[in-house]
Amino acid sequence: MGLEQKLGNMGVITMTLEQAVNWGRTNAMWPMLFGLACCAMEMIAAQSSNYDVSRFGMELMRASPRQSDLMIVAGRVTRKMAPVLRRLYDQMPDPKWVVAMGDCASSGGIFNNYAIVQGVDEIVPVDVYISGCPPRPENLIYGIMKLHEKVRQEKITKWK
Amino acid sequence: MPDLSEPVLEELRHLFTARALSGETMVLNMGPQHPSTHGVLRLIVELDGETVIRAIPDIGFLHTGIEKNMESKTYIKALVMTDRLDYLNNIGNNLVYCLAIEKLMETKVPERANVLRVLMAELQRIASHLVWLGTHSIDLAAMSMLLYCFRERDYIMDIFEMVSGQRMMTTYIRPGGVWRDVPAGFTEVVENFINYLPAKLDDYERLLTNNPIFKQRTQGVGYISAEDAVKWNLAGPSLRGSGVNFDVRKAMPYSGYEQYEFDVPLETGGDVYARYRCRMREFRESLKICRQALDKLKTTKGPFITNDRKVAPPPRSELGTSMEALIHHFKLWTEGFTPPKGEVYAATESPRGELGVYLVSDGTPKPARVHFRQPSFANLQPLNYMSENHLVADLVAIIGSVDIVLGDIDR
Amino acid sequence: MLNPEHVKKTVAALKEKFPETVQEVSEFRGETTVNVAKAAIAEVCRFLRDDAALDYNVLTDLAAVDYSPEEPRFGVSYILFSMSKMARLRLKVLVPEEDPEVPTVTNVYINADWYEREAWDMMGIKFAGHPDLRRLLMPADWEGHPHRKDYPLGYEEVQFSFNWREIDAKKPYAKE
Repeated sequence: MGLEQKLGNMGVITMTLEQAVNWGRTNAMWPMLFGLACCAMEMIAAQSSNYDVSRFGMELMRASPRQSDLMIVAGRVTRKMAPVLRRLYDQMPDPKWVVAMGDCASSGGIFNNYAIVQGVDEIVPVDVYISGCPPRPENLIYGIMKLHEKVRQEKITKWK
Repeated sequence: MPDLSEPVLEELRHLFTARALSGETMVLNMGPQHPSTHGVLRLIVELDGETVIRAIPDIGFLHTGIEKNMESKTYIKALVMTDRLDYLNNIGNNLVYCLAIEKLMETKVPERANVLRVLMAELQRIASHLVWLGTHSIDLAAMSMLLYCFRERDYIMDIFEMVSGQRMMTTYIRPGGVWRDVPAGFTEVVENFINYLPAKLDDYERLLTNNPIFKQRTQGVGYISAEDAVKWNLAGPSLRGSGVNFDVRKAMPYSGYEQYEFDVPLETGGDVYARYRCRMREFRESLKICRQALDKLKTTKGPFITNDRKVAPPPRSELGTSMEALIHHFKLWTEGFTPPKGEVYAATESPRGELGVYLVSDGTPKPARVHFRQPSFANLQPLNYMSENHLVADLVAIIGSVDIVLGDIDR
Repeated sequence: MLNPEHVKKTVAALKEKFPETVQEVSEFRGETTVNVAKAAIAEVCRFLRDDAALDYNVLTDLAAVDYSPEEPRFGVSYILFSMSKMARLRLKVLVPEEDPEVPTVTNVYINADWYEREAWDMMGIKFAGHPDLRRLLMPADWEGHPHRKDYPLGYEEVQFSFNWREIDAKKPYAKE
């Protein structure tokens, strides 16, 4: 781990509380099992053996919003689904993050029509947008890495 | 945020028995965000204890307006929309739409393109069934199956990526043929996969087919008789699990399916287990077709897309030298082609059953109406009928067994 | 293999049984379409299903079409299929805009239920006698019928690099 060099012979690490908490938050981020459309397949593929997102502490997909802190909006969000999505977001405990996976969730994608919400950021605040239709599992993992970077830089005053 | 439950329940009141209104039974909302509804399906279930009295599906949470959107695009540009309909059967959606266009335009498809179409469609069927097997068994608490199945699915996704550059939304099948010929090394990759999968299928069957827990949860659950299955117009393995021998590939062969030797698996049980057995046997039949198609591919040479420049673009190499090719290319991508006025219906066998498209042309470069006859739509309809007097846990098994894809239902 | 002979036989039988209601028979690309008077559609369907020699036991698809600006504006197509005889027949009913109401076929083909609800939802065609004619795909409080030709496809502008800021400024971003 490289940790033992820092330990010295006292068994103590010094770091700021901010760093410690942010580190903890990035490495046990539980995503909500929220598959909407095509991207859900790639999200499951990212979970399963070949890509294995659990390397980053995400092996648990929680079916309940109460137990999760990352919402991966995987797929197109329709006008009928939008209130449901917001309600699920409101049910998630703080701190919470949102990843808009795929073109449809980010901007409506190729569906510029009456039924699709043109970007899920109209309903919930989005932290990371991932392009692709659908994004490859690697893309998703990269997006999550970007989110981890963002979380690591969060300030103690902005915590919720 | 508006409260969703109150007004909707008021409107749905007539769907439930009088016992629900008096509070004797419970009305439970399942979904649209629920791990075992295979997407954004909402079920309004009336329960007596744990017994299901009514299960009313509420769909449309994934209604994308694809049919309407396709009307605003030229025929060839609307093709990309079809991929996103049933997102486990992208190639099959392309295929049925292209078949309809070809019927409308009376285009002849070269032999090699037909072989490639069959090969791809069968690989897609295997991929789709793998996802079904994974998700269906995870609903029945066999967690490891999902990991195994997605491992195998990734092989097929790699093949698709090799051929078309995309894992899922390939748009590989085009009107008049396929997008391009297969790259070098393709046959070896597919051959490896075909030789690799049967042993894995044996593994899965060892894990599930005679597993007493799996059998108890599936046998006798969600029974539908042959007459009722026909009456409700079930499609695909759900229909054949009830003992009705109907497969579009055999009944109305398209893309040269009549040249392949394969059986249509039939089960007479009519329950969840029979549908499971049916699909497991379909894996092997699909592999059989793949093997034959691969052999055919080696001997069938020639163009992979039609020479009709009205439907298919000219090859890149011609664009630099031929003015005519340049004009055709420009016309095709800006204006598109203009089929005669008329209506056609084309049908294929998707992994879930008969997938049809009803295409209305008004003599302009854009389709006047595209309507998809979706197998999941037909298969979900009798859910209330199939799940009556079952337990809630069985309801989950039934939804899994008819293999619905919400993108397919809601369009 | 499909059996075109049986379709011919069916058309002849239909013409004999319903001389007034069968209005027009057309063939295009090997598919036969029979235009049927609106009021008689359920009756015709019942005859096609129950007649043992014809035996159209399946309703494969039901689709509503907006033919505007043609008159009558709407059409409803019933794609029937006979599993025993391997024949596919399309019945079509033309529906004027002023009176978009067609008798239901749910009591003939049980699976027409959702197809008719979809046609009502998307095209605004009423099916008289349908047991539960609610919206199927759109939210219950949605206004209009999206698949009609006069219904706009979408209403949000697309962002490009030249108008990015302009649209970004008025886009309703969500708050925490």
